[in-house]
Amino acid sequence: MGFSDEQLERYSRHIILKEIGVKGQKKLLNGSVLIIGAGGLGAPAALYLAAAGVGTIGIVDADVVDLSNLQRQVIHTTNDIGKRKVDSAAETMRQINPDITVNTYYDFVGSANILDLIKDYDFIIDGTDNFPAKFLINDACVMAKKPLSHAGIIRFKGQLTTIIPGEGPCYRCIFKEPPPKDAVPTCKQAGVIGAMGGVIGSLQAMEAIKYLTGTGELLTGYLLTYDALKMEFHKIKLPPRGKGCAVCSDTPTITELIDYEQPACELKNH
Amino acid sequence: MKITVAGEKKEVENGLTVAKLIEQENVETPQYVTVSINEEFIESGTFDTHVLNEGDEVEFLYFMGGGR
Repeated sequence: MGFSDEQLERYSRHIILKEIGVKGQKKLLNGSVLIIGAGGLGAPAALYLAAAGVGTIGIVDADVVDLSNLQRQVIHTTNDIGKRKVDSAAETMRQINPDITVNTYYDFVGSANILDLIKDYDFIIDGTDNFPAKFLINDACVMAKKPLSHAGIIRFKGQLTTIIPGEGPCYRCIFKEPPPKDAVPTCKQAGVIGAMGGVIGSLQAMEAIKYLTGTGELLTGYLLTYDALKMEFHKIKLPPRGKGCAVCSDTPTITELIDYEQPACELKNH
Repeated sequence: MKITVAGEKKEVENGLTVAKLIEQENVETPQYVTVSINEEFIESGTFDTHVLNEGDEVEFLYFMGGGR
């Protein structure tokens, strides 16, 4: 497939990079990423992946745009209030880049649909806001051997890791099971600085782009943490994969997906 | 003795346990923190008895559930 003049122009700053070039840009256009959650993390990730020309982007969210979302969910505008987030996000992405295909899934993720959702995508981005979803997505990606960018944000802090099943540790290697409901503060209770989604969600997009183009080193085997108040990034080296992990060890004890209890944060308008 | 906590070198008393360090460092929601020492996770049930050694590199890994 050759590039049109318009594509050469649109992606010129990528193509000029020796690490990307024409080859890498083609990989992006032929690549696919599923973003779960069109919110604080998912919004910037979706914007950059659309702009980068990732050929197929799926976006999953069961919520509608609320006024309180707009402080951080930069893919939605004031005019979008009341619209499904997936529709509002898709509209913005198509406006940024008509080159790409955006698939929308107006749904929650659960054990019944997650494997079906991820199966056609090359890379998965977890932009959800609750532990049941984060564990479910991790387990499903391990079982289906799908690369995953996991992230979390709260207050002035954020963190992320890239999980390549079979190669590096997974989320459950770090945390064995979700904390009890309300034991650990969530988004709505504790607050989050809007730009944190921009920092961490953009890093997730960066990992997806690196994975699709085979460029550089991924965050596999590390948890990168960011403390905005101290203005510190810290890269924590994780132990190797699977040592006693219930889902990604060679002898897993969790072999079926689990629907943990949904926290209050998952409810509409939160 | 000297240990490293979250990348920062610290002088701590000899014989300090992980549980005591968690207290000194004001770790948030300590019952749900994951601790790694020299790039190995340690069992949460052993925080009280696990004594730190000179040169140990300790990391605290926190649940972070937000995203939307």
